[in-house]
Amino acid sequence: MTPSNPPGLSSSQPASDQWPLWEVFTQAKDGAPHEHAGSVHAPDAEIALQNARDTYARRGEAVSIWVVPSSAIVASSPEDAGPFFDPGNDKPYRHPQFYKIPRVGKEL
Amino acid sequence: MEASSTAQVAEDPARLAEFEARLSRGETIEPKDWMPDRYRKQLVRMMSQHAHSEVVGMLPEGNWITRAPNLRRKLALLAKVQDEAGHGLYIYCGTETLGVDRAELIDQLLSGKAKYSSIFNYPTLTWADMGAIGWLVDGAAIVNQTMLAHASYGPYARAMVRICKEENFHKRQGYEILATLSRGTPAQKAMAQDAVNRWWWPSLMMFGPSDKDSPNSADLLRWRVKQKSNDDLRQRFVNLTVPQAQAIDLTLPDPDLKYNAETGDWEFGAIDWAEFYQVIGGNGPCNRERLGARRKAHEEGQWVRDAAAAYAEKQARRKKSAA
Repeated sequence: MTPSNPPGLSSSQPASDQWPLWEVFTQAKDGAPHEHAGSVHAPDAEIALQNARDTYARRGEAVSIWVVPSSAIVASSPEDAGPFFDPGNDKPYRHPQFYKIPRVGKEL
Repeated sequence: MEASSTAQVAEDPARLAEFEARLSRGETIEPKDWMPDRYRKQLVRMMSQHAHSEVVGMLPEGNWITRAPNLRRKLALLAKVQDEAGHGLYIYCGTETLGVDRAELIDQLLSGKAKYSSIFNYPTLTWADMGAIGWLVDGAAIVNQTMLAHASYGPYARAMVRICKEENFHKRQGYEILATLSRGTPAQKAMAQDAVNRWWWPSLMMFGPSDKDSPNSADLLRWRVKQKSNDDLRQRFVNLTVPQAQAIDLTLPDPDLKYNAETGDWEFGAIDWAEFYQVIGGNGPCNRERLGARRKAHEEGQWVRDAAAAYAEKQARRKKSAA
C-alpha cells in the first residue's frame, strides 16, 4: 500500500511565508497515552511547543506535549484499509472467546 | 486547488452513493477519505467563516479589557478573549485538513473577501455589553456548536468538542456580569437592560436566515454537517434564554414574546432580516473598524514573525555547522 499524509494533516505545502505545520499530541495525565490534539504553525520546534501549550493546554489539559513536523508522519490510507487490516480480522484464535471451557468462577 | 475551484464537479455516482451510505450509518468522514467536491467546499466555507468569527470576535471585547471595573473582571475578560483566539486556531487547523492553506484563509479575511458572523460588527458601548455578549452571543454560539460537535466531518466535530468545554465559562462570566449589574444601582440596572436591548435581536440573527431563505442549509443537513435547522436552533436558544432573563430581572425587547403552552416554545416576533443583510453586506456599524483593526494587528505583527523565522533559521544553521 502507498503511505500517504495522515488524517488530520494538511495535504498542501505551506505557502512561502507560512511557518511549517506541526502535529500536536497531548498527554492528559500521568500514565495516559499521548493523543492527537490538533496542529500549530511554528518556525521551529521550541516555538511549536510553546504554541501547542497556549493553544491546547490553557486549562491544565496536558502534563506532556509532543510536537512532530506534519511532513514526518506517515499514515495508512483509507482506500486500502480493508486489505491492510484484514490479516488481523481472520485470526479468531487470538481472542479468548475462541476457546470453549467449562463454566468456572469469575477468575478465569 | 480543488477546494477553491468554483466549477461544479460531476461526481462518480458509485462513490457518491457509498459516501452517503457511510453518512447514513453515522460514520465520521476523515480528511483522507473520499468526499464530494461540494461537501469539501461547503465545509471550507463554513469552517473558515467560523474561524474568522472567533478571531474578529476578540475585537468587541478587547475594547473593554483596559476598562474592566476590577482585577477579577479584567482577568476573566483577558482569559475569555485569549480563548477566542484559541478557538479560531482550532478551527483553522481543522479547515487546513481539507487541503486549504491557512495563509490563504487569513488573506481572504484581511482582504474583506471572507465573511464572518455579523454580530461582531456591532459596537460595545458600555461595560454591560461584556455581560450581554457572554450571556447572549456565547449562549447562542453554544447552542450552535453543541450541534456541530456531532458534525459528520471529524476534525470539525473534534474542534467543537474542545470549544464547547470552554464556552460555558464565557457564558457564565457574562451572565454573572449582568446579574450583578441588575442587582446594582438603578443606573447600573438600566445599563444592563440597555445592553440586552441592543444585543438581543443580533443574537437571534446569529443562527442565520430562516431555512426557507438559507442557500446552504439543505446540503449541510443532508450531509449531516448540521443536524438541526437554523430556525430550530434559534427556537431552542430563545426557550433557554427567556427564563434566564427572568431570573435576573431583565426583559427581552420583544413585545410579541409569548409562551405557547401547547408546544412549550417561547414564540417571538419578526426578525428584521433587512438589517441582517445590511450588516453581512459590509454596512454594519463597525465593519470597517473591525477589518481595519485586524489588518493593523497583522501588519504590526510582521516583525515578530520575521524575527521568529530569522531565529529559527539561525538555530538550524548552527545545528548544521556543529554536526
